[in-house]
Amino acid sequence: MRNISTFSKGGVHPADRKELTCTKEIVRLPTPKHIIIPFSQHLGVPANPIVKKGDIVAAGDKIGEAAGFISADIHTPAAGTVSEIKEIFLPNGMYTKAAVIAVDETGSLELTEKRDWKTMDPHQIVAEVKDLGIVGMGGATFPANVKFSVPKGKKAEYVVINGVECEPYLTSDHRIMLEKGLEVLEGALIIAKMVGAPKVYIGIENNKKDAMEHLESLITAHHLPIEIQPLRLKYPQGDEKQLLKAVIGKEVPSGALPIDIGAVVSNVGTAQALYQAIVYRKPLIERVVTVTGDAIRDPGNFLVTIGTPIQDLIDACGGFREQPEKMVAGGPMMGFAFYDLQTPVMKGTSGVLALTSKESRKEVTTACISCGRCVAACPMGLQPTRLYKNISVGNYTESLGLGLLDCKECGCCAYVCPAKLPLVQGMRLGKNMSRKMKK
Amino acid sequence: MSEENIMYRIESSPQIRHADSTARIMWSVVLALLPAGIWSVVNFGPYVLAVIAVSVITAVVLEYLLARLMGRSTIQDGSAVLTGLLIAYNMPPGVGLFIPIIASAFAIAVVKWSFGGLGANWINPALAGRVFVFFSWTGAMTTWKAPRFWSAVDTTSGATVLSTVKTSLLDAEGIISGPAGLLGDLGYQSTAFARQAASWFSDTLNIGVSPIHIDLFIGTVPGSLGEVSALLLILGGIYLAAKHIITWHTPISYILSFSLLIWIFGGVQYGTGLFSGDVLFHLFSGGMMLGALFMATDMVTSPTTYAGMIIFGIFTGFLTFLFRIYGSLPEGVSLAIIIMNIFVPMIDRYIQPRRFGVVKQRSQA
Ligand code: SF4
Ligand code: SF4
Repeated sequence: MRNISTFSKGGVHPADRKELTCTKEIVRLPTPKHIIIPFSQHLGVPANPIVKKGDIVAAGDKIGEAAGFISADIHTPAAGTVSEIKEIFLPNGMYTKAAVIAVDETGSLELTEKRDWKTMDPHQIVAEVKDLGIVGMGGATFPANVKFSVPKGKKAEYVVINGVECEPYLTSDHRIMLEKGLEVLEGALIIAKMVGAPKVYIGIENNKKDAMEHLESLITAHHLPIEIQPLRLKYPQGDEKQLLKAVIGKEVPSGALPIDIGAVVSNVGTAQALYQAIVYRKPLIERVVTVTGDAIRDPGNFLVTIGTPIQDLIDACGGFREQPEKMVAGGPMMGFAFYDLQTPVMKGTSGVLALTSKESRKEVTTACISCGRCVAACPMGLQPTRLYKNISVGNYTESLGLGLLDCKECGCCAYVCPAKLPLVQGMRLGKNMSRKMKK
Repeated sequence: MSEENIMYRIESSPQIRHADSTARIMWSVVLALLPAGIWSVVNFGPYVLAVIAVSVITAVVLEYLLARLMGRSTIQDGSAVLTGLLIAYNMPPGVGLFIPIIASAFAIAVVKWSFGGLGANWINPALAGRVFVFFSWTGAMTTWKAPRFWSAVDTTSGATVLSTVKTSLLDAEGIISGPAGLLGDLGYQSTAFARQAASWFSDTLNIGVSPIHIDLFIGTVPGSLGEVSALLLILGGIYLAAKHIITWHTPISYILSFSLLIWIFGGVQYGTGLFSGDVLFHLFSGGMMLGALFMATDMVTSPTTYAGMIIFGIFTGFLTFLFRIYGSLPEGVSLAIIIMNIFVPMIDRYIQPRRFGVVKQRSQA
């Protein structure tokens, strides 16, 4: 194992609250009678529905087709009848089409015989990754086939697997590493093969020593060409740029992509899903979700069919212990607050949090007191207070010059802000307005 | 989706926040200042309670009225209480009550609210209030009440240690062994406790401090009501640092640059040459600790980057040194901080953090 490291600039240390679920084994949740499959579960253009009301679908059928370069195919996890195509709100505020499927018990997903990925051609692997609708499962949901196609003229030297899970509360990746460690490691090697990278690292924060040790023993036992990089605890270490700085010591230049410094990043959940996809031809139709927060009676980790209403997950935890103040899809730092418990689990739903008013207090905002805490916390070296002030008065050009587009909405600035200003919301607004200005 | 489903709070990420709030910061600073205030009551008598009360009440009432005028409510953020308290701490213990009232009113109405309230002011309101009344009522602002545990050279004129040194130095001739020596020559009597402590230091620890250092450190000297006890102020500062309310950057760079300059040049006037300045004397006297720990660290009026804070601290130290040693007034802390407050926007413009993934620093001049 390598020496412990971390990224150098900024970052915060919220209480990690992982003790609620980190020892809870992943439990398979049965597929409910009705599932809701949104056609936009990824970054980019929503998929085009290719089924209509009344269609009969088999498990694993493609029901939505990628529309454009950055888009992803959508599959139905279960057999049944399309009972409705309706429009729903997603937690991120998008209004999108979704297929409601009345599930019947007939026929479960048919998987192929175990295939040997080592004999497969890299191009064929990329094509299958696309076909099977794989997207990044850490939260950003970037279509995996696009990420793993190295552009002409670029060369991948490193694959860095993100086992950081830096969002507080979430433990789904942690559990995957413990329970599906070998699949994660082989998934990592499949990615390395796809992109032609000679070196594979997996970065893990040292609050997951058990996962580190487990993977290390698997690596030794199977003689895998993978190195583990232990990382000192700090949010947002799971962000691509911070992770690469911590693991390979290089900074992705402003406006560039990891591949520009020869790196490809993928999180452990994605690596594991990719393994199953390539070895068994299994589309992305289920995922591990951490259901937690102090308002949940019995928090846990669940393997959930995509499209399952979040209400079912809460029921599986014995319901609420007390009335939650806030429901969050994803982690507490970058996740979205939502109010409709019928919202379905999607490809990017790493967690569901039911937070009490103690965990997520309603705050009073004051004027900025120039404390500089946001500046110290910003991992991108930005000055959130200045950006925010410029954006509030409509000074978008100035804020672009201050590096607004480098902001990745990690939330460190707003997390530390004693004035409780909605800094991230401000950054989003600034980006949208500058985009509009360009048009 | 039924209507009663809409019961969860919807908010932009992040969904959790750090426990520190503006109010918590302000109230923590108030708390850190309390020991020094209690000491002033013990030291100078119950009258100082009236000084503190009128300063704070004036600040709070005006804050309330002006915020209401702007359609806001800002009392609970604690900043007005803090400003009032700091003004009181900068008053001579026997001051007429109209002076702190005017200082508080000036601080809140002119310095703070004419710029738009909390966060919008350029200079620290409490300091501005103090300087305003200092120049308007210089006599009243330089009449000092003798503290309880003190036997003064001359209790009637009631000069502070710093001003005694400053004025006596003008007539002094030949080589004098620093400010402590000068005070000794003047027949300055330290408290019995300070004399015992000083001899303990020299006998047991072999550290040469004079009794006046001990008096200054503990606060058994005349001075503004909240500034005299370096010890209690330092404890308050440590509390704030331990709670991560303030960082070390401003106070430590301020104190270090000031100490270094005093050490190098502070002895010249006494005829003892370079590198002989009495650092401890200057650190523990006057408003140095109150200024370095509680005024220079005011967030609104200090830089936002750590590097900026260090530069701010170094220059404040330099100015304080300049005013104290070469200025016509015995004190230099308030003026030094106020002047540096004015430079903060410039510091913030030139000292910007290096952006991740950007090699050349772009300045946004
Ligand atoms: S949200 Fe943006 S501005 Fe705020 S800390 Fe993260 S990168 Fe910096
Ligand atoms: S953290 Fe908040 S109060 Fe402090 S400087 Fe940044 S925006 Fe202003």
